[in-house]
Amino acid sequence: MPQTLSVLVENKSGVLARISGLFSARGFNIESLTVAKTMDPKFSRITMVVDVAEETREQVLKQLHKQINVVQVLDLTDTPAVQRELALIKVHVPHEMRSRLLQEAEIFRAKVVDAAPGSITLEVTGDGDKLEALLRVLEHYGRVEMARTGTVALPRGAASLPRNGSGRMAMVGVGK
Amino acid sequence: MNGSEILLECLRREGAGIMFGIPGGVVIPFYDKLVDHPEVRHILVRHEENACFAADGFARASGRVGVCMATSGPGATNLVTGLTNAMMDSIPVVALTGQVSTNLIGNDAFQEADTVGITRSCTKHNYLVKDLKELPQVIREAFYIARTGRPGPVLVDLPKNILTGEAEFEYPETVSLPGYRPTTEGHDGQIKKAVQTIWESCRPVIYAGGGVISANAAPLLRQLAELLDVPVGLTLMGLGALPADHPLFNGMLGMHGAYSANRAMVETDLMIAVGVRFDDRVTGKLEAFARHARIIHIDSAPAEIGKNVRADVPIVGDVGRVLEKLNRRIAETREAPAGGLKNAASRRAWLETVRGWQREHPFAYEDRNDRIMPQRLFQEISRAIDGEAIVTTDVGQHQMWSAQWIKRRHPRTWLTSGGLGSMGYGVPAAIGAQFACPDQRVVAVVGDGGFQMSLPELATIVAYGLPIKIFISNNGFLGMVRQWQDLFCHGRYSAVEFPIFPDARKLGEAFGLRGQVVSDPAELREAVESALNDPGPVLTDVRVSREENVFPMVPAGGALQDIFLDEQAARASLAAPAPVAVGDSGAGEMS
Ligand SMILES: Cc1ncc(C[n+]2csc(CCOP(=O)(O)OP(=O)(O)O)c2C)c(N)n1
Ligand SMILES: [Mg+2]
Repeated sequence: MPQTLSVLVENKSGVLARISGLFSARGFNIESLTVAKTMDPKFSRITMVVDVAEETREQVLKQLHKQINVVQVLDLTDTPAVQRELALIKVHVPHEMRSRLLQEAEIFRAKVVDAAPGSITLEVTGDGDKLEALLRVLEHYGRVEMARTGTVALPRGAASLPRNGSGRMAMVGVGK
Repeated sequence: MNGSEILLECLRREGAGIMFGIPGGVVIPFYDKLVDHPEVRHILVRHEENACFAADGFARASGRVGVCMATSGPGATNLVTGLTNAMMDSIPVVALTGQVSTNLIGNDAFQEADTVGITRSCTKHNYLVKDLKELPQVIREAFYIARTGRPGPVLVDLPKNILTGEAEFEYPETVSLPGYRPTTEGHDGQIKKAVQTIWESCRPVIYAGGGVISANAAPLLRQLAELLDVPVGLTLMGLGALPADHPLFNGMLGMHGAYSANRAMVETDLMIAVGVRFDDRVTGKLEAFARHARIIHIDSAPAEIGKNVRADVPIVGDVGRVLEKLNRRIAETREAPAGGLKNAASRRAWLETVRGWQREHPFAYEDRNDRIMPQRLFQEISRAIDGEAIVTTDVGQHQMWSAQWIKRRHPRTWLTSGGLGSMGYGVPAAIGAQFACPDQRVVAVVGDGGFQMSLPELATIVAYGLPIKIFISNNGFLGMVRQWQDLFCHGRYSAVEFPIFPDARKLGEAFGLRGQVVSDPAELREAVESALNDPGPVLTDVRVSREENVFPMVPAGGALQDIFLDEQAARASLAAPAPVAVGDSGAGEMS
C-alpha cells in the first residue's frame, strides 16, 4: 500500500539526494515527491508517497531517521491528514464538445487556465482519487496531457504530532 | 589565517595528532601549511585506499577518530573501499578530500570528481564546504558525527579556494544538529522488562559483537556474563570483548564459527544480543533463525533493531550505559525468588549442556609433519603472542582460521574487515594500529592474495621504522574462493591459482626488511618466534598446505543447524540429492 511520509529536513544541499538515494539503494520506488522551504527557511518539508511492503515500512522510517539532516519523520498513512495534489491538464478537445467538458469539469471544481483552438487547459486540486476520477472523465473528450505536483500533506486538527523522541512540537512553527 | 591553517587548527582542537594520506594538486596549499604545524603528523602511505584502512586501523586500536586525506579526483575515488569498510564495521574515520575550486565544480575540470555524490552511500555523512566561514563548524560536526551514536566515516570535501581563502578563525563552542541526537540512555522500562525476560528463561545465551568494543563496554559485558553465568558467543567483530580463556566464552559465532556457539543459538530460548546487527553470516537462513527464542536487542543504532530479526525487548542506547543499568538491575534481583532464583537450576544445567558441546566438537584439524597445516601456523602465533599483541588480518581462509585459533584476550586487539570483507586490509590496518599503539606488538596475518594488494605498503613500514610482523599464510591460491569452487562447483577451479609468488627474502631485501620463507613444519615454531622477537619489521612467508578447507562451515543460505563439521560431512551432504546451491538466497554470497 502506498505510504505518505512527511519528512522535515535541514535545508542544505545534498539532502534530497540522500533521501532519494536511500530509496533507490533498496530498490523502493518513489511514486511522488515534493519539497519546499518551511516557514523557517533553515528547514524544508518533503512529502513523499512510496510503495513499500508492510514489513519494510518501519525500516524505511528508521533509515530516514538515521540521516543526519532529517529532523522529523511523520508517517501520515494511517493518521487523519489533509492530502492534496495539484494537476494541470490539457485536453485536445473538438470545439463542439467544449461546453459539455466545461460543465463536467465544474463538478470537480477544475479551473480553466488556458484555452486555444482545439485545446483547453484545466487546473485542479484534490486528493489522488479525485484527480483520477477527473482524468477518466476527460479522456472521453480527446487526448490528454498532464503535469502533476505530487501529494502534499499535513495532519488534521489543531494537534501537532510530537517530534520523534524529544517530545517537542515540530509541526508548529517550522512545519507548515 | 587561510583555510588550510584553519583546518589544521581545527584538527589540533579535535585532538587529531596524526593523519594518513597522499598529497596532490588541489591540496598542495594544505600540505604547505602542514610544514609549520608539527603537532599534526602526516604519514605518507603508498595508496589512498591504504590511507583510509590505516586510519581505520588506528581508530580500532585506539578508540579515537582516525583521519585520512586525499587529493581530488583519483585520490578521492581511491578512498571509496576504505570508507565502505569503515561504514560497514562502524569505525570512526574522518576523510578529508581536496576538490577543484568552487567556481569550477561541475565543469569536468581536471581531476574533478563528484566526491560527495560518490561517497554518499558509503559514509555516515559527508560535506562539501562551499564557504570558508563554515569550515570550523563542519570539521567539528564531522568529528562529532564520526564518533558518536553508531560510529562511522564522515567525509569533508574541500575545494581549493577554501584551502587558500582568508578568514578569521572562530571556533564553534557547540555542535547544533537538529536532526542528530543519538539516544544514549536505555529506556528504564525496557531494561526492567529485559531483566524479567532473562529470569524467565531457562536456556539463555549472550550474543555480542563489535558494538561492545566500540562502546568500550567489554568489562561490562564480562560482568553481565558473570552475573548471569551464561555462555557468551562472540561475532567475528566482537572477538576480544570477552577473553578467549574465560570459562563462559562459548566461541565465535557464524559461518565458520564454533559448533558450540552456533548450536547454542539454535537451542536457546533467550538471546541477549549486545552490539550486534544479526548479520547473515551469523544468522544463516533467517526463516530458521531463533524460532523458539525470545530476543533482547541492545544497540546504539535504532535502524538495526528489527531490521533482520524481530526483537521482543529492544533497547536503544549507548551499549555501555545500557549494560551498566542492566547489570545493576540484575544484581538487585539476582537473589529474589521471583527473579534470579527462578529457573536457576535449568540455567545451570543448560551451561553444562553447552560445555558438553564445546568438549564434543572443538576446532580440530589433523596435523602433519610433511607440510605446514595452516591451522598450525595460527596456533603457533597464538601460543607465541599469548593474547598480548594486536592482530590484524586480511580476508579469506586465513582470516577465519585466525579467528578460530588465535586467542584474543583484550578488546581492540583484533582488527579485521568484517562487514565488507575487503582484501588488502591487513597490512595498512597494522600500520594504523602501530601508530596508535607504538609500544604494542602488531602482527598482520594475511593471505598471499590479499598481501599482493597491499604490497607497496612494505615501503611505508620500512620508511617509518614500524616493527610490524607480517605472516603470509601462503597457499598459492585465492584460498577461500578455491574452497567454494571445491565444495560447490565440483572442484572446477577457475581463476584462483597463483603460478608465482615473489621470494619473500628478496622482497624483504628490496624493501629493506627481514624476509624469511618457511615450509618445513619442524622449523615453524622457531620462525614464528624469531620474527616476533625481532626488534624490526619481518616478513614471513609460510608455505602452508595448499588445499585445506575451513571447517566448521554453515553453508551460505543454510540454517545454523545445517553446519558441516568437517570435510567428510560437507562432502557427504553435498553429494546428497538436495545440495545447497551457491547464491540461492541473499545470504549466499561469499566473502
Ligand atoms: C577486494 C576483494 N576482492 C575480492 C574478494 C573476494 N575474495 C574473498 S576471499 C578471497 C581469496 C583471498 O585469497 P588470499 O588472500 O590468498 O587468502 P586465503 O583465502 O588463501 O587465505 C577473495 C578473492 C574480496 N573479499 N575482496
Ligand atoms: Mg591464499
